[in-house]
Amino acid sequence: MLRTMLSIRLFEQRVKQLYRAGEIVGAIHLYIGEEAIATGVSEALRRDDYVFSTHRGHGHLIAKGGDLKRMMAELMGKATGCSRGCGGSMHMFDPSIGFMGGNGIVGGGIPLALGAAFSAQYRGADSVAVAYFGDGGMYQGVLHESLNLAAKWKLPFIAVCENNRYAATTPVAKSAASHDFSTYAAPHGIPGVRVDGNDCLAVHKAAKQAVARARAGQGATLLDCETYRVEPHCGIIPDDRPQEERDEWGRIENDPIERSRRRLKITQPQFAKLRAEIESGLDEAVEFARQSPMPKIGSCDA
Amino acid sequence: MRKLTYIDAIVEAMHEEMARDESVYVIGEDVDIKGGVWKGTVGLLEKFGAKRVRGTPISEAAFTGLATGSAMTGLRPILEIMYMPFCYVAMDQFLNQMAKLPAMSGGQIKLPITIRAQAGAGTREAAQHSQSQEAIFLHIPGFKVVMPATVYDAKGLLKSAIRDDSPVLFIEDRNLYYEPEEVPEGEWLVPLGQADVARTGKDVSVVTLGFPRRKALAAAKQLEGTVDVEVIDARSLEPLDMDTIGASVMKTGRLLVVHEAPVRCGAGAEIVRRVVAEYFDYLDAEPRVLGGANLPLPFSPVLEDACLPQVNDIVNAVRQMA
Ligand SMILES: Cc1ncc(C[n+]2csc(CCOP(=O)(O)OP(=O)(O)O)c2C)c(N)n1
Repeated sequence: MLRTMLSIRLFEQRVKQLYRAGEIVGAIHLYIGEEAIATGVSEALRRDDYVFSTHRGHGHLIAKGGDLKRMMAELMGKATGCSRGCGGSMHMFDPSIGFMGGNGIVGGGIPLALGAAFSAQYRGADSVAVAYFGDGGMYQGVLHESLNLAAKWKLPFIAVCENNRYAATTPVAKSAASHDFSTYAAPHGIPGVRVDGNDCLAVHKAAKQAVARARAGQGATLLDCETYRVEPHCGIIPDDRPQEERDEWGRIENDPIERSRRRLKITQPQFAKLRAEIESGLDEAVEFARQSPMPKIGSCDA
Repeated sequence: MRKLTYIDAIVEAMHEEMARDESVYVIGEDVDIKGGVWKGTVGLLEKFGAKRVRGTPISEAAFTGLATGSAMTGLRPILEIMYMPFCYVAMDQFLNQMAKLPAMSGGQIKLPITIRAQAGAGTREAAQHSQSQEAIFLHIPGFKVVMPATVYDAKGLLKSAIRDDSPVLFIEDRNLYYEPEEVPEGEWLVPLGQADVARTGKDVSVVTLGFPRRKALAAAKQLEGTVDVEVIDARSLEPLDMDTIGASVMKTGRLLVVHEAPVRCGAGAEIVRRVVAEYFDYLDAEPRVLGGANLPLPFSPVLEDACLPQVNDIVNAVRQMA
């Protein structure tokens, strides 16, 4: 899991550089600081399980086994991209590994995941479907409709709230009467679990239970993963979150990757080696993307 | 030949397609309760079971998204919208998700979804239950749109829609539901994208969308002896059969489009645009669109009728053009 988290982190740092350099354009939402969630969840998933992602989805795809080259190419709008240059950062797809797309609409992917869960149940497959969404997704009616249906029909549906405390610039405290979103599960009679979203083991443990439950035909689970986004919301939006709060979450002991490194007793030289391996893969990915052709006009006509 | 109603033709099409393909299922409000509010799902629950006939809570956004997600992962949903204006509740799921996922995925996602939308006007149910919305879905790339006006087409087009690999909006008119018409025995398909020449004539081409087909035929009958009207039922708006419409315009030089939606930005305006672009030299008169009034449909019967194109309006419009 450490490797996955670090891959996400370093991928995102590359994206940030390339975005600053103008090689990547568009709306880019970085996952830095939240890596433990996708990593812990995907560690509990199989290739034939489905993931429906959000606008902040690079990490979700990497954790699901996404190909860094094709992802980088997609970000540069190239024909070799994982959506053939038709989707970009928010709309990466790789159905071959069950990654069913990012989404530009807050909450938009939730009922789609519900549908994949329905489809698995219908076909008698034991796949499960994960819907990721931010705390912002909690305010969309469709989440509550979906939890109700998932509970009632006992669908293999796992709703994962990545509660990074902000929806763009709006803090949870300003939007929600209840701050513990795991309680939203109770009315539907499904488990709601609040977890430390910066601890990949804690996330993994909760996800494993949810997946086991879903596979066994016992239905849905809601996970509320507490985390913090390190970067500004999006490339273009200034960050005006309180400095003390950022400092507190930014402390090295709170970093999901560092926490994992310390727990695994990985030494700094070992860590540097791992890092170098991943960086060289990223060099290749960037080079692949740069060398790839632009899509032909008309190639996105579905 | 035998007699069949439009709604029974729809039921029959679904019976046949569900028997043919295990991945086809029906989802919507009350579809599993006594054959649904409109009797549009009669016998399906008994025949195919609760797994494939899914009555839902009143959660349009969730079950529309669910249908899309299930289509992304191998199923072929038939999504029933009890009254078409209710789909506004799920508009993100329709226009942002369903319409766009195939293209944004670079073609990796296919969405074989049939949306059975019950529409129509003139039933005194006021504006939130009566509105012609085809133009909205035509304007958003990503949907095929059909509007069957006969029993034969209801069955044949629905079967083609279910077998199609993209989202097809199948707009039903409740005014047509329960009147039997003669149809053949057995199975048939009507391909998407083919207009039907409902009546041949040489003076004026009247292209209709959905229910006004009947009114145009009645108008043509009244005009017999004075104006020889050709009535073309477009049947499918996307894809649109420009060949059939164009051939008619080449013959008559005169085009009138009739639909119940308001004229402003309506499907008729688009048909006229295409005829002007492709058949300009054949036109002998300014092409016209006759549509509904530009307002939310009023409840009061006198007001509602005045808002919809009637047989007399068609007669008058044709007379002015001929
Ligand atoms: C329906 C909808 N409304 C508004 C937006 C604009 N928007 C994009 S991201 C975002 C904040 C989302 O916050 P959250 O869901 O908590 O996810 P996070 O960005 O924190 O990961 C907003 C408001 C949108 N994309 N979709």
